[in-house]
Amino acid sequence: MARLLPCRHTTGRGLQPALSEFKGIVIGFVRVLCLWGWMGLVGRVLAGEITVKGSDTLVVLAQRWAETYMAGHPGTRIQVTGGGTGTGFAALQNQTTDICTASRRLKARELETCIRTFRKRPAEHAVAMDGLSVYVNPSNPIRELSLEDLREVFTGRITNWKDLGGPDAPITLYSRESSSGTYEFFKERVLSGRDFAPTMQTLQGTAQVIQAVGQDRLGIGYGGAAYGSGAKTLGIARTRGGMAVEPNEKTVHSGEYPVSRYLYCYVNPSTDRPEIANFLGWIRGPEGQSLVRDVGYYPLPVRRD
Amino acid sequence: MGLRRGHRARPGEWIIEKLIQAVGLSTIGLMVLILVFVGREALPVLMGRINTALVQPILPSKEIDSIPRDDLRSYLELSRSQFEGMDREMLMAMMEAREEGFRDIPESFRADPDSTVNTADWRQLLLPRQWTGYTRPEFVWQPVGTIHKYNLVPLLVGSLKVTLVGLLFAVPLSLGAALYVSQLAPVRVREWVKPTIELLAGIPSVVLGVFCLLVLSGLLQSLFGYQFRLNALVAGIGLGLTAVPLIFTIAEDSFTGVPRGYVQASLALGASPWQAAWQVVLPSAMPGVVAAMILGFGRCLGETMVVLMASGNASMLSWSLFDSTRSMTATIAAEMAEAVSGGGHYRMLFLLGTLLFAISFVTHLIGGRIVRRLRRRLGGVA
Amino acid sequence: MRPIGESRRLGRWGGPAGIVGLILTGLATLVLLAFLVALLTTVLSKGMPAFSWRFVSTIPRKDFFDVDSAAILPMVVGTSLRVLIMTVFVMPFGVITAVYLTEYADPASPFTRGIRAAIGNIAGVPSIVFGLFGLGFFVNFLGRGLDGLTGSGVPVFGRPSLLWASLTLAVMTLPVVIVATEESLRSIPSGLREASLALGATKLETVWTIVLPQALPGILTGGILAVGRAAGEVAPILFTGAAYYTAELPGRLTDQFMDLGYHVYVLATQSPNVDQTAPILYATALALLVLTLALNAGAILLRSRMRRNLREAV
Repeated sequence: MARLLPCRHTTGRGLQPALSEFKGIVIGFVRVLCLWGWMGLVGRVLAGEITVKGSDTLVVLAQRWAETYMAGHPGTRIQVTGGGTGTGFAALQNQTTDICTASRRLKARELETCIRTFRKRPAEHAVAMDGLSVYVNPSNPIRELSLEDLREVFTGRITNWKDLGGPDAPITLYSRESSSGTYEFFKERVLSGRDFAPTMQTLQGTAQVIQAVGQDRLGIGYGGAAYGSGAKTLGIARTRGGMAVEPNEKTVHSGEYPVSRYLYCYVNPSTDRPEIANFLGWIRGPEGQSLVRDVGYYPLPVRRD
Repeated sequence: MGLRRGHRARPGEWIIEKLIQAVGLSTIGLMVLILVFVGREALPVLMGRINTALVQPILPSKEIDSIPRDDLRSYLELSRSQFEGMDREMLMAMMEAREEGFRDIPESFRADPDSTVNTADWRQLLLPRQWTGYTRPEFVWQPVGTIHKYNLVPLLVGSLKVTLVGLLFAVPLSLGAALYVSQLAPVRVREWVKPTIELLAGIPSVVLGVFCLLVLSGLLQSLFGYQFRLNALVAGIGLGLTAVPLIFTIAEDSFTGVPRGYVQASLALGASPWQAAWQVVLPSAMPGVVAAMILGFGRCLGETMVVLMASGNASMLSWSLFDSTRSMTATIAAEMAEAVSGGGHYRMLFLLGTLLFAISFVTHLIGGRIVRRLRRRLGGVA
Repeated sequence: MRPIGESRRLGRWGGPAGIVGLILTGLATLVLLAFLVALLTTVLSKGMPAFSWRFVSTIPRKDFFDVDSAAILPMVVGTSLRVLIMTVFVMPFGVITAVYLTEYADPASPFTRGIRAAIGNIAGVPSIVFGLFGLGFFVNFLGRGLDGLTGSGVPVFGRPSLLWASLTLAVMTLPVVIVATEESLRSIPSGLREASLALGATKLETVWTIVLPQALPGILTGGILAVGRAAGEVAPILFTGAAYYTAELPGRLTDQFMDLGYHVYVLATQSPNVDQTAPILYATALALLVLTLALNAGAILLRSRMRRNLREAV
């Protein structure tokens, strides 16, 4: 309402004295905003700006990478957003992110959309390994389960702990939200693509799953290894009666632990800027990989590439 | 309040007045815009023009040169201009991606009768189906996985369930409090209680969500000892708290709006304050109360963060208060992230949004009509 | 307005039914107040220990889940900026619409009724639907359209940003501003307008020099209420601008931003150790609560003063 009218009649006549002052503030405020917005338009994309978007599993790690990298490379600005692997891919397709972090591989449909927009396949880089852990309450007597047991439990065929050798009590299932790559990976690898039991509660983060299992004597849940504290991690056997394996760096690297996976970064081939290549190279180098261990994932096996 | 006198506007002012009118009218445009841009993404589902079956026919990429160009274009789902802009190499790459996708389908799913079902078909959206591995026909919402199952019924029921719990919590409390504050409380109590309850409106729903998630859920579980810590009851109470200020304010206003003569007449005839409040004020403010309930219903149904954090989000079809539930709003908020832009899941979430829009439209229409009738009735006095 | 006050002196409560009714309604009031108190004390008692000037005024340099170094300046700035930019859009639009409705429009015309229905409907649309709308219209349609016009290969506008989040919120809070402004415009005695017109002012001059200045407190109330409402909303900005983490404060309208409400959600659901990070969660919630409650209390105070002045004037 600032400059609607010629000012002739607006001053003095019966106005409260505070009004003109107020108007001054409003006009000044609008001016500052305009200036700022204009700078924004002119500024465009600054050199050395990288946006990272995608998996919630990787967001803590990506943030740590970004912070450490920026500390050593002052010319680079890195922005990290989570939201799920799917968000990352969508952003990659819309070209709204430079790097998409992913806890699963690109699906055929997504690949197609990428080709449609980039005319090329996006570049895939493995950046870390993750062993998916299955958690139960520390008071639960059960120490290990087979993949088959897990499948029966999470699809809802086994609903009582006594069928697994535990107390006679119902099992409460906790899961990650379906937008997480973790959900999908677990569904494919452990459930062989079958549906989760509808009674399963889905929580937004692995930490929430662990907290819930930590509070619920009868709970069982799964999530990334990075968060494993507060609840008991189960050993997992490939077959019933087989040897159960705990997730650790050795078993994950050797493939003995049955539910492990690579974590990826995807890069839009058309925004192939040197600072992105540098950043990815650094991530896959010794400095970046040492952060992986800090956050709780497993670094890439040496000499893999 | 149209003023028809005064000097005729000067030419410059005439333009400004037209501009003011244009801004006023653009509000209608804004609402249409919301409907159009939310509905647009859901339209292909409503028109049945989308196929989300797992296994779809594959054209081998080796035969790329022998396939008629129009067939190839529709096979790759490209628009004409997109297709013109692509060279052979790109088309090839896309066909190979399609083949890879087919190869990635686990062996056990290729022969599965479910894999050829179009899961975005209205029958799969609304009717139960006995999917492989289920023992009876069920309503399944499992949009992520090998076969995407988009049955909307569990979400509809979930939304309704938490909303009803929310209303059951909020309506009696808000009406009771409104009646107390407006009719029975001493003036001094009334003067600080009313703004205090209205303060609830200033509490962000995400903070209420935290309260339900971390405090209320544990408290209620230790009280009732049920299995699921996060459930419809916890989320419903949280929802109720978000709706209280709305219901309370409307109800209080309509109680206060009852002509004072009514109350005084009944008191003069020997009624007690309670009788006056219960038998005179409440019935004459009934339209306002109903409107408050309807608007409260809309508010509960549309609330997102509290349900997202406190309901447990299990997409099971159940009417039990102590089971976890998944509401439509929480589903949109939680799954939009995963949905591939323009894909079946993405459109399904916009369909949920359109549905929510439609429901809020209808509730508002009804609520608004009741409020207007109320105003007209009390118009002479208030 | 004190409907019953006089009759109390008659000293009768109308038997057991009356007493039970009084107790029940009083109890309902108490329960509501108890919830409010429980919520406020929880957030206050658990949030105070971690709440400090440093917490509010520094940019977290390390992991923001780290209890010792966590801070929320970027979120405070992000939330403030998005509501300020929203104000710039929603205030003129809302005030002009209200002026049109009260001063110009013919109340019986179908257009006017259409506008009122539209405003009521926008007020009732669930906030998550605004998020979808913002994503579909602002980000994907307007943003990408702008990018197409400017012909830049890299999307500048066609992605979630501060600007789009603010605009989405502006659409959402429009009814709040309109309703509050309308209320204050209606409360101005029409004698004032008529006097002005009789002295030879045109209608627009009357609105600009007489009506709007008088309505200023009401307009301000609307603005504050809108800001209070928008500051606490998370759902509409989930898809339109909020970032999980940005290294720097937003410097441009096209930047993404960190947000207080969204950060509360992140801390509550994504934290690597919920119990350990609970203090910063509650402290962040406290900051958000202080912000929104202060705004709402301000609006309530302003409005009650306005109403009292009005009553005295009439």
